[in-house]
Amino acid sequence: MKKLTIVAALAAALAVPAQARAAVKVITSTQDLASLVTEIGGDKVAVEALARGYQDPHQVEAKPSFVIKLHGADLLVVVGRELESAWLPALVTQSRNAKIQPGNPGYLDASRTVRILDVPTGQITRAMGDVHPQGNPHYWLDPANGRRIAKAVQGKLSELSPGDAAYFAQRYADFDGRLTAAESRWKGILAPYKGTKVVTYHRSWSNFAEAFALDVVGYVEPKPGIPPSPAHQLALTEEMKRQGIRIILVEPYFDLKTPNAIARNSGARVLVLPPSVGGVKGTEDYIRLFDYSVNLLAAALKTATVP
Amino acid sequence: MYNSLTFARHVRGACAGMLMLAAAGAVAAQTPQNPHPSQSTPPPQPDSQQQLRDEVDRLRKEFESVRDAYGLRLAALEAKLTQIGGAGVPPPVEQPPAAVPPPTAAAAPPGQVEVPAGAAGAGGPQGALPVYGGPTATSKIFNPDIAVIGNFLGAVGRNAVNPAPVFEMSEAEASFQAVVDPYARADFFLAFSPEGVEIEEGFITFPTLPWGLLAKVGKLKQQVGKVNTLHAHRLPWVDRPLASINLLGGEEGLADSGVSVSKLIANPWIFLEATGEVYQGNSGVFQSHQRSDVSWVSRLRGYRDMSESTNVDIGASFARGHNDAGPDFHTNLFAVDATFRYRPLQRAMYRRFLGRTELFWSRRDQEEGRVPAFGMYVSGEYQFSRRWFAGARYDWSERAYDASLKDKGPSLLLTLWPSEFSQVRGQYRRINFAEGVTSNEVLFQLLFSIGAHGAHIF
Repeated sequence: MKKLTIVAALAAALAVPAQARAAVKVITSTQDLASLVTEIGGDKVAVEALARGYQDPHQVEAKPSFVIKLHGADLLVVVGRELESAWLPALVTQSRNAKIQPGNPGYLDASRTVRILDVPTGQITRAMGDVHPQGNPHYWLDPANGRRIAKAVQGKLSELSPGDAAYFAQRYADFDGRLTAAESRWKGILAPYKGTKVVTYHRSWSNFAEAFALDVVGYVEPKPGIPPSPAHQLALTEEMKRQGIRIILVEPYFDLKTPNAIARNSGARVLVLPPSVGGVKGTEDYIRLFDYSVNLLAAALKTATVP
Repeated sequence: MYNSLTFARHVRGACAGMLMLAAAGAVAAQTPQNPHPSQSTPPPQPDSQQQLRDEVDRLRKEFESVRDAYGLRLAALEAKLTQIGGAGVPPPVEQPPAAVPPPTAAAAPPGQVEVPAGAAGAGGPQGALPVYGGPTATSKIFNPDIAVIGNFLGAVGRNAVNPAPVFEMSEAEASFQAVVDPYARADFFLAFSPEGVEIEEGFITFPTLPWGLLAKVGKLKQQVGKVNTLHAHRLPWVDRPLASINLLGGEEGLADSGVSVSKLIANPWIFLEATGEVYQGNSGVFQSHQRSDVSWVSRLRGYRDMSESTNVDIGASFARGHNDAGPDFHTNLFAVDATFRYRPLQRAMYRRFLGRTELFWSRRDQEEGRVPAFGMYVSGEYQFSRRWFAGARYDWSERAYDASLKDKGPSLLLTLWPSEFSQVRGQYRRINFAEGVTSNEVLFQLLFSIGAHGAHIF
């Protein structure tokens, strides 16, 4: 009996590293995607994100250390819609990893099955600033899109590791359930503020605003990627006074000087809201990101709407 | 299979249902009498009849588009069914790459074309693309990413040795970049300058080779140090350092036709990359006198993150080839480069510092004997706001042909980025030339780029 226990313990000890070795190595461009991959992959995957949540995902440096990470990856999950176009493609080329080249099975563009907003129509030029011709890449800030990304990840992981397909399906069902419950909770919290007009720094919140019925009526940036000019600052301040806008949402990677000045002159309040998992403390995974943002926003709207 | 069949039936049913609905709608719309007795509108006038007709047309079009969409989906389903039915016991042939998305409303609204899976290359088009002209649409999808960067220079001040014109449209660099096939991508950089058109670089890259290898074939900037590999618009200065003018073959630098193979050397501590290159032997300081007079380059590069916002990049390169003194004369080049970068992740848009130094040793054999020349520069660039950068550089270099001639001098720089796509730069430059004269100049540069958003080299 004792012998058997030892053998079993040994077998278990051997089985653990064997299992760890079998884990699908996933690299994601952002922490939001890493969180969703973890939700589905559980302990059958080893996930690492390249960009940090408090970093502007447009402005990541293509560090050679990322090449090493990509070199060993079985799967690369990207946000797509040209969010990473300034830094990721060169890294993928240098990764010397055939699996994760675009078009190969180890490359997943998470934007392929989600709802995309702000797709420009008609002629677009750079006079409009740094526009994304493929639509707004900050689409993960709608829980429904989070679910769609998770579904796409489930499909991809099942394809790469068919033996664990049932495990991934069960984890997806579990995540779906938790997300649905959380979603109705969030919508409940923000329901009293339906249609509230807000101003944001960059166009990071289009999907979030749609999901929670906020109305984004202006931007601190005059055009995407273009720093605010004094004239725009003045016009925005006047417009906010006229429309009685009390909230300016700012991503943690933008300078607060201009938003603060606008807030002071218009009587509004600046709220630093993380657009990504890991953006601030307390946003360690996808659901907690919304928990954090929704609670912070609700608290701010509550005080802002009291006359 | 049963499910698919049932689904197909449902789709057919839905289709038929819609047909009837649409027909009913059309009939209702055409009926001149009001079907709702509770409303007492007068019989439609000719005006409103026109409206009705328009409405019917609109409905018809809508119905046709729905019918077409469903027809396509039915055809796809039927194809799938026959595939499943015909394949028998073995599973169907491997599915096409999963990157081909299912036709969803978000990804491909009607009238749009998806970029094929393999074509979604580095910085290339992804997702839905507008259809421009029906049959020719595919040719546009497969067009490479095209960009043009203009480099306009100005100079004022005194320079008796090497005066630049007051204004010069120094270069227009056109780049064409795309994926070639599942195994390769290609990058072309054509430089249009007052001297003519030149292939600045033009090469194919094979990123999917085994054993951690990456191969490039074509005309390449040789991997001798850092500054030699940078295109003019990527330099942190208006000009190139004196060391690269004196020892690396002038403005064009070392660029030649050849093959470059690099390998990642896996280790737990640092990023380590070894590169070996062989070239025709005609570039900058090298000259080939016969076919076998190739030039060789080898480089070792190490990189390490010190923290999430700081890193160190160190490289050593060696190049050897025949020179213009004759078939029996060689030039050996040895270069060491070190770069320190600081860029806080959360404030990446507003702050960064890059400090770099490069040392070059040239050993040139010529009739009079071997000329050992040394040159170096040290440079720093600091970003102090979202749009502004300040920089400084110090140059010191002997000349490859005569090491007793030394040029040296400092530069100060101020750079403005109106946007990601344009840049204005001013540089104060003082050079003490070996001839005993001193130049004092202010150089200006206006860089502007149109077209695709190319990825930046780190």
